[in-house]
Amino acid sequence: MTGAARVLALYAVMAALILLVGLLQSWTVALAILQLSLISAIMSLGANIQWGYAGLFNAGVMGFAALGGVAGVLVAMPPVAGALAAGGLDLGLAILTVLATAALILFLRPRLPDLIRTPATLVLAFLGYLAMRRFLDPASAAIGSATGAQGYMGGLGLPILIAWPVGGLFAAGAAWLVGKVALGLRSDYLAIATLGIAEIILAVLKNENWLTRGVKNVTGIPRPVPDEIVLQQQPWVIDLAARFGSDPVMTAAVVSRLWYAVLFAIVLAILLWLSERALRSPWGRMMRAIRDNRDAAEAMGKDVTRRHLRVFVLGSAVVGIAGAMLVTLDGQFTPASYNPLRYTFLIWVMVIVGGSGNNWGAVLGGFLIWYVWVVAEPIGNWLTAHLAALASPGGWWDSHLRAAAPHFRPLLMGLILLVTLRFAPRGLIPEARGR
Amino acid sequence: MENFLNALVLFTNFVVIPATTYGAQLALGALGVTLIYTVLRFSNFAHGDLMAFGTMLTIMVTWGLQALGIGIAPLPTALLALPVGMIGATALALLTDRWVFAFYRHRRADPVIFVIASVGVMFVYNAITRFFIGVGDQRFEDGARFVIRVPDFRAMTGLREGLALRTSQVLTVVVMALAVAFVFWFLNRTRTGKSMRAYSDNEDLALLSGISPGHVVRVTWVLAACLATLAGVLYGLDKSFNPFVYFQLLLPIFASAIVGGIGQPVGAVVGGFVVAFSEVTLTYAYKGVLTYLLPEGMAPEGLVQLLGTDYKFAVSFVILVIVLLVRPTGIFRGKVV
Repeated sequence: MTGAARVLALYAVMAALILLVGLLQSWTVALAILQLSLISAIMSLGANIQWGYAGLFNAGVMGFAALGGVAGVLVAMPPVAGALAAGGLDLGLAILTVLATAALILFLRPRLPDLIRTPATLVLAFLGYLAMRRFLDPASAAIGSATGAQGYMGGLGLPILIAWPVGGLFAAGAAWLVGKVALGLRSDYLAIATLGIAEIILAVLKNENWLTRGVKNVTGIPRPVPDEIVLQQQPWVIDLAARFGSDPVMTAAVVSRLWYAVLFAIVLAILLWLSERALRSPWGRMMRAIRDNRDAAEAMGKDVTRRHLRVFVLGSAVVGIAGAMLVTLDGQFTPASYNPLRYTFLIWVMVIVGGSGNNWGAVLGGFLIWYVWVVAEPIGNWLTAHLAALASPGGWWDSHLRAAAPHFRPLLMGLILLVTLRFAPRGLIPEARGR
Repeated sequence: MENFLNALVLFTNFVVIPATTYGAQLALGALGVTLIYTVLRFSNFAHGDLMAFGTMLTIMVTWGLQALGIGIAPLPTALLALPVGMIGATALALLTDRWVFAFYRHRRADPVIFVIASVGVMFVYNAITRFFIGVGDQRFEDGARFVIRVPDFRAMTGLREGLALRTSQVLTVVVMALAVAFVFWFLNRTRTGKSMRAYSDNEDLALLSGISPGHVVRVTWVLAACLATLAGVLYGLDKSFNPFVYFQLLLPIFASAIVGGIGQPVGAVVGGFVVAFSEVTLTYAYKGVLTYLLPEGMAPEGLVQLLGTDYKFAVSFVILVIVLLVRPTGIFRGKVV
């Protein structure tokens, strides 16, 4: 089968699988799968930009997705009254301190003798940190006490759609910092450094209450789509419901979900188009050349570390956008829900299974693996129920097996990853060669 | 003078003892990671979950022994169950190598492919561990909890501050010292250990000299799995067992191995203590210590804590970043391929 036909066939199968859920179970469930599939596909696209184009292993997808989520809170939530008056000045000073320290270090570093450059940088960074704490601690306390139950700054109160590109910017900023440190060293170091930065981002989000309320979560993030309750009363929805012989409540739920899905699909289409353009451009050829033979590319005068930094930042930005979209869909930001198996390594399974280096493959992987992740739970329940039936009903094994059903998911994902890597390392839609 | 002693006791109790124990646990973990790295040439992301698996088996056997009333008081029963955990973890690691990693080794795949395969392995280990023991916290320490209790210490010395030394802490350090001594003796004195080092220095040359790669790799996995189980059980005795926490230990363990110089066994041990001491000293609140040391009236008002304890992972990361920036090969000049 030729490349294009294979892609079409696989996407048709994927569409059929989702339609099957709609026909057999319910359309709202099918649409819920579609929504998260679209977001997963964007995350997978971002990871593919890093891995497929440049061979960089990012083990911190979760952190970049969470930073995108922060953008959702900071852009779209209404500002909390009194927070800025209480802690704004100190907070501003804290930010200024950080900037001033960074500027001072950047200014002094090239001018210091080699011998004391590193110790001096470390001492300056430490002093800068102490100075920042001097302002941040009172700011945090003041904001906490001035805003009562809210306990945080709130956001800018802008439309949520603005948060999507902003989420990309946040993630790109963090990626630039990590990449600056870890790129140019051996490949595993980037993986370990990104694993670390993701944990730190999550630690900050869980503990800095003034920023995102910490583990108290931010709920009620404004929606880009009219509320279902509002939709139910719209004449056109009632009209639509009558035409399909369904009730307005159900129709409103479907319309609302479809609306989200269309928004996500537009973003995915734009990003996919851009990625394909990039991959086919001279820039894409250069990235592949660097990936396939780093030394040769370097000998040809390519600045490998800088190219890697750029592609790493771009990929993380795409993940950040998807992170902001995820928070938009949930309508809430819950730092405790981010877990590396679900938000980092699952995305990796998507990229590898879909086809590393092929954007259409990565997107398909996002759809397929999310689908499998969702249906793995009922399958796990069914399997364990049958196994439990073999054992004595009501006994220790019975209850133990039933409780163990959720652990079927990671097992399945691990096996899918290992089998793909072994028997089809290029994925379902392999990268086209010789373009 | 008494103030100074009080400050010293306080500092020992809350910084030196916990950091030494934690450092020993990290050192054992990092030693395993570094051995895998030096022989198989990749960073094993499944190491944390291998620790969890070995510990899970040990806990299961411990519960069985406790139910039968078998124990070795005053030592914890888990020590008796430890060999089973080690054998189980070794078997799992060897099977994994045969079914997963051997294939890529024969093809001489890129290290990053091994890393991705180890992510798949991590998922599977994680599922197995959770399947048997669930996701909750488990405590399995028994026997005599303390070597020195706070009230006894106060009565003995007449100081205001007390010092507690738990059995698990002493045990951790002793076991770690024995294990590290054994690994070093093994690597430097035995034929197999020497062939491991030769294989790690130059694979082709080692093959030409008649060293069996399969044997070297198997011995490496046995050592790594036993060290991982040991680290996991000691950590669990000291704190508690939780599969997810063990996964998160991956970061400080990697940081220890890299700080010391990846591929260097000595480095892994030193790195473990560097990371542990930095973590504990930076997240400790010095208010009590300073109150004793400073003249009256100058006692600090705040907690004098550089970082909240929730940011302990940030410490591993910052040390990692500093080392990567200043000396990417680590303290003992590991190999950076």
